[in-house]
Amino acid sequence: MRETPNKRKRKSLDKQGAGALLFLLPSLIGFAAFFIVPALRGIFLSLTDWDLLGKPGFVGLENYGKLLTDEEFWNSMLVTVKYVFWNIPLQTVLALGIALVMDRVTKSSVFRGIILIPWLLPNVVVALLWLWLLDPAVGVINSTVQSWGMKPINFLTSTELALPSIAGINIWRHMGYTALIVFAGLQGIPREVEEAALIDGASPWTRFIRIILPYLRPVLAFVIITSVIGSFQIYDTVAITTRGGPITATYVIYLFIFKNGFESYLMGYATAASMILFLILMGVSFLQMRIMRASESDF
Amino acid sequence: MKKQIFTILLAACLVLTLWSNGKEDKTSGPVTVQYILWDANQLPAYEKCAEDFMAANPDITIEITQMGWGDYWTGLQTDMVGGTAADVFTNHLAKYPDFASKGQLVDIAPMVARDKVDTSVYMNGLDGLWATKDGKRFGLPKDWDTIAIVYNQEMINAAGYSAAEANSLNWNAKDGGTFEKFIAALSVDTSGRNGLDPNFDSENVACYGLALNHFDDRGQAQFSPMAVSNNWMYTDGLYNANYHFDDPKFIATIQWFVDMTEKGFLAPYEMTANNANPLFTSRQAATVFDGSWMIGYYSSSSEFPVGFAKLPAGPAGVKSMTNGLADSIWVGSKHKEQAWLWVKYLASAEAQNTVGTFGVVFPAIESGVKNALAAYDAKGLDVSAFTEEATNPGETFVYPIVDNGVKISEIMTQTFDSIFLGVTDAESSLKEANKKILDLF
Repeated sequence: MRETPNKRKRKSLDKQGAGALLFLLPSLIGFAAFFIVPALRGIFLSLTDWDLLGKPGFVGLENYGKLLTDEEFWNSMLVTVKYVFWNIPLQTVLALGIALVMDRVTKSSVFRGIILIPWLLPNVVVALLWLWLLDPAVGVINSTVQSWGMKPINFLTSTELALPSIAGINIWRHMGYTALIVFAGLQGIPREVEEAALIDGASPWTRFIRIILPYLRPVLAFVIITSVIGSFQIYDTVAITTRGGPITATYVIYLFIFKNGFESYLMGYATAASMILFLILMGVSFLQMRIMRASESDF
Repeated sequence: MKKQIFTILLAACLVLTLWSNGKEDKTSGPVTVQYILWDANQLPAYEKCAEDFMAANPDITIEITQMGWGDYWTGLQTDMVGGTAADVFTNHLAKYPDFASKGQLVDIAPMVARDKVDTSVYMNGLDGLWATKDGKRFGLPKDWDTIAIVYNQEMINAAGYSAAEANSLNWNAKDGGTFEKFIAALSVDTSGRNGLDPNFDSENVACYGLALNHFDDRGQAQFSPMAVSNNWMYTDGLYNANYHFDDPKFIATIQWFVDMTEKGFLAPYEMTANNANPLFTSRQAATVFDGSWMIGYYSSSSEFPVGFAKLPAGPAGVKSMTNGLADSIWVGSKHKEQAWLWVKYLASAEAQNTVGTFGVVFPAIESGVKNALAAYDAKGLDVSAFTEEATNPGETFVYPIVDNGVKISEIMTQTFDSIFLGVTDAESSLKEANKKILDLF
């Protein structure tokens, strides 16, 4: 029987597919080894009573059941959500402002470089730096405050200020990088659209609301979704500056997972908490993508 | 295509085989024993010990790694899980029960018996801390520490106190004894009035009489000297978990500390939650409680003469927590016999005499302590407050060795946060915390 043209085409595609597979293989192996296998193992471990050093014993859904009634777990979830609300809006607005400055006011690469420096520093270094800057006894900021005749501000040691202070530290670190992404988005806005609006007499505010923001929506959606995921994963700054305190003011979910897994040897329990966090983050990201229509453009 | 995949798989197998060969156990010939410790100040002393040990045991190489306290324990656990932990590691009383209960430590009791190691040479009952009730042993003592008052000499002189007076203070939970007067005299407000002055402004203090680090369940250099000297004890015994944080004597002690904060004599929690040491070195606090392992820090970081005084004597006398370290062998070590030789050497008089000469820590054997005292003396430091507490009968106690250490620490840290921030009162929150702790067992 003779081959039909369709069959021949499929065969040639199969051949191409095999070649592509070969090139994809290294990253597929990496993806499987470092993502899929650990994720599946994570699901398994969350159903065990693994104590980190011994052999895991299967306990079914017991860990999940315990977590649902664990006040500490839900409190740490609440603290984390509060942190996200302190962090994201301010960081996004500041990044947008800086991006506009980079786009409209100065094209200086030195300025862009300076803006990016905090993001280039390791998290631990940033946390230590701010821990000392904000220290009530010997920190530069409080020495200045005191030299103005005011009382020192307990940035990291009062229950009210600790969480916003940690959010502030992370905003300082991340806003330059976020601004750079938004700046790249601004570069993609066709100038003629704005020029046309200018000729029509549109005010700067109208141009910002009607042209710049709608054009930026996919970029902002990306920035907000990735920042929200990143914010939920806040750990290092807390571990260095407040260790979850004062009381439980900064006891975020990652600290809960770390302490249970690595300090209390409840690795199965900690893994179950990670799984719940994973599901919550999936849900939050999905909602954000739907609300922000992340993959669509208005133009 | 199939051939290419086959080649790739073959190459991968080859790499894995080579890698696994590299991990192969060696039971004879030259071996390397990995050793880890956390205190950077002690590293030179142990490097010298390793040098001497290797000279006597040419077949064994000792490789020392120092990791800061913050990373030490999590790093060690991760390495244990990964099968790459050090053969020998410096162990701590608060940590070893967990490792022992999870079968990660080699029981060295048979080796101690076989080699007839004399365990009676160690000071202050340190030896008993590493031997369990059921006859197992997880370490041989190598050093000890005690707590004392660290003071700014210029400030105590200005307040009219001599070193001898500072060394013989007393305390009680009712009126604070001569110790409260001492820290009151050392507290100075922004107008220059001290705490004995009725017009002292506790809201605007320029220098606090006393600063203490963050309170936790041990309160080693915080509440423990006062609470234990007030006839209180954490539990009913070394391996007992019947905690007494709800005891009226303990509550009264903590209440005294809260009162001191309100009077402006003790630096407030908000200023010391991170670290109280800078308050002392920056002259914002006249005294601190701290352990003998910090002698070097205070003498080198302060731009004023520093002195050390014995803890104030409470109703039960002077009471300092003493803690001792030991070296433990990891159960996964491939060179247990060589690791044991190294552990035995570090616990010997020879090694402890060497460590003593560096003047950074007090060794567990008396001759080593003599060397340490001579080394401190050469640096112009009188550290007899620490050693007198250790050698006077009844002036030291040990922290109970219990499971659930991490959870207890978390409960008590949060409770003390809440008390010192004024969110809850001492009595009700300590009673609640104690109940939570008892529920853990």
